[in-house]
Amino acid sequence: MNTDEILKNIKDAFVSDVIDILKKSETRVIISIKPSSLLQIAEYVFKKLEFRFIIATANHTKKGFEILYHFSKDEIGLIANLHVVLPVEKPEIESLSNMFSATNWIEREMHELYGIVFKNHPEPKKLISEGNWAEGVYPYRREFK
Amino acid sequence: MVKKTLIPIGPYHPLQEEPELFKLYCEGEIVKDIKWETGYNHRGIEQLSEKKTYDQSFFLVERICGICSTSHPFAFANAVEEICNIEITNRAKYIRTIIAELERVHSHLLWVGLAGHFLGYNTVFMWAWKYREPVLDLFEMISGNRNSYAMFKVGGVRRDIENNKIPQILDVLSLVKKKTDMLVGAVMDDPVIHARTKGVGILTKQDIIDFAAVGPTARASGVAIDVRKDDPYAAYPLVNWKVITAQAGDVFAKAEVRLLEMYESISIIEQCLEGLKKEKEGEINVKVKDIPEGWGTGHAEAPRGEVFHYVLSDGSNSPARHKIRAPSYTNIATFKKSCIGQTISDATISLAAVDPCYCCTERMAVAYDSKTGNKIMNGNELIALSAQKTQNIKNQI
Amino acid sequence: MGFKEHCFKKSLWLFHFAGASCNNCDIEILDCLTPRYDVERFGMLLVGSIRHADVLLVNGSINQRDKSRLLELYEQAPKPILVVAIGACGCTGGIFAEGNTFAGPVDKIIPVDAYIPGCPPKPEAILAGVVKLLNK
Repeated sequence: MNTDEILKNIKDAFVSDVIDILKKSETRVIISIKPSSLLQIAEYVFKKLEFRFIIATANHTKKGFEILYHFSKDEIGLIANLHVVLPVEKPEIESLSNMFSATNWIEREMHELYGIVFKNHPEPKKLISEGNWAEGVYPYRREFK
Repeated sequence: MVKKTLIPIGPYHPLQEEPELFKLYCEGEIVKDIKWETGYNHRGIEQLSEKKTYDQSFFLVERICGICSTSHPFAFANAVEEICNIEITNRAKYIRTIIAELERVHSHLLWVGLAGHFLGYNTVFMWAWKYREPVLDLFEMISGNRNSYAMFKVGGVRRDIENNKIPQILDVLSLVKKKTDMLVGAVMDDPVIHARTKGVGILTKQDIIDFAAVGPTARASGVAIDVRKDDPYAAYPLVNWKVITAQAGDVFAKAEVRLLEMYESISIIEQCLEGLKKEKEGEINVKVKDIPEGWGTGHAEAPRGEVFHYVLSDGSNSPARHKIRAPSYTNIATFKKSCIGQTISDATISLAAVDPCYCCTERMAVAYDSKTGNKIMNGNELIALSAQKTQNIKNQI
Repeated sequence: MGFKEHCFKKSLWLFHFAGASCNNCDIEILDCLTPRYDVERFGMLLVGSIRHADVLLVNGSINQRDKSRLLELYEQAPKPILVVAIGACGCTGGIFAEGNTFAGPVDKIIPVDAYIPGCPPKPEAILAGVVKLLNK
């Protein structure tokens, strides 16, 4: 299966949930999706298309909290990034940790650094902030003028 | 009622990004549950990187991990060069690959030594670390430092490996190859090591996929993922080599993968040195005008697995967002699968098998009785327990 | 001969504390024990508990969470104890001094007797530092 076929599969399976697909090169793509459909699309990508989860990147921009879930298809060297934007007032998204264990740590880390809430997380405990900074302080948040 | 014991391991063990505190919950000798606490080594590197220029960031990412001090700059360079869309010269590609593979050789030697130490097989420890020194000398000759080489920059490398240095590198390689033969013999043919490591700390293929484990940890369970092959970068597509895998998923398989990978690394370096002779000396840089707006993802295969860097550029001279993932981040989580159900004496080697490195256990591992809170065992005693088991097996054979 | 000289006259036992470091220094300290450098021939031994130690080796920048642990260890140590800060991060905070969790270089937290700078210091430098400390 090559990159175009994979993108077409995702587009066909989730017509209304995929907002935009940006193909930068044969091995790098960004798929912008609606936050409400993350669980279904991630399940499709992970279980049906057999991608490997690499890591997730959160970022605080003027648009809100952006999260990129990096997935990799190792046979063809493709890195596919699922992109969601969460509003600053209510940054909440469904946790993927019930589906596979690899997101367990990074979701806790994103919560501590940015204050993004991951709903139904199986182990919502502190990971790195204990003793380093107080609860309710989110050091990676930015201020915009 | 069975008495439950809580054994904390850590928090200070130095070989990974974050020292962690592991708590083994034991019933009798059997580990029933494992929990961890992190944050002892949080340095805020991702945020620091946003305050530095691209050139300065190389020195920062080099200091994420002293043992992988090539792989992080390698992945970062891949990411930034993807943003700029530049192709480096062949000579720079060869030099990058040589440095990365030399690092793999010394890192695997380091692991074999420590694994031997945890099994109470100190001969292997001393041998492996003794023959690691010539490799570090090579680094000192090439870059001027034994551990942090500062060889990478956007668009190439900072220093050339002059052709007159090639014979000396080949000499060291042939020595290391000979000594690897010796180590392979000492590990693979030893009945005691077989008894201690076979069937211990098994990770199945499903566990690897679930935890997204990478590197030798995944390859020892039959998952043939290797960034060097899957998404080729630098000189890896220009040379001939193969991905080493094993099927069993136990500690022995992980040792086997690492030992055999050293031969592949040596072969890659030899081919790169051949390639180096054909390229003109001094052509190690491509001029980079500026870093445009955009994003790039770069990954590289570190000795422990895939290193992943995501860089977001806003067109200024420092990254707008820099995300780093080290391989141990996903590999460590597999302890939940590999350690539960094992005895305490096997726990040290199961934990060490993914190469988070455990020289820390010498320092902070202390066992507390969960009822009284009395200290019953410290790190040295834990290793002594493991060594005692090896001794018992030796006596039986 | 004063009390301190008496305490440090014979074999020194070392305890190694790694803060938020990049573990280069840790490896170089371990390297001192291996065949090429072999500090054990001078009677120096890396011990598992601070209660047995004469020297506390500290490397790495210290973050907020490590700080209380380091203070606790220093209080548990039998006095007199020599404290050695190893590496650029141990001496000054190094490249991590601007980090959001940085709690100060080692000498802001506990008194330090010797500094061994370098990133990382070579094993020879670590040996030279310890020898200088002994002759002080």
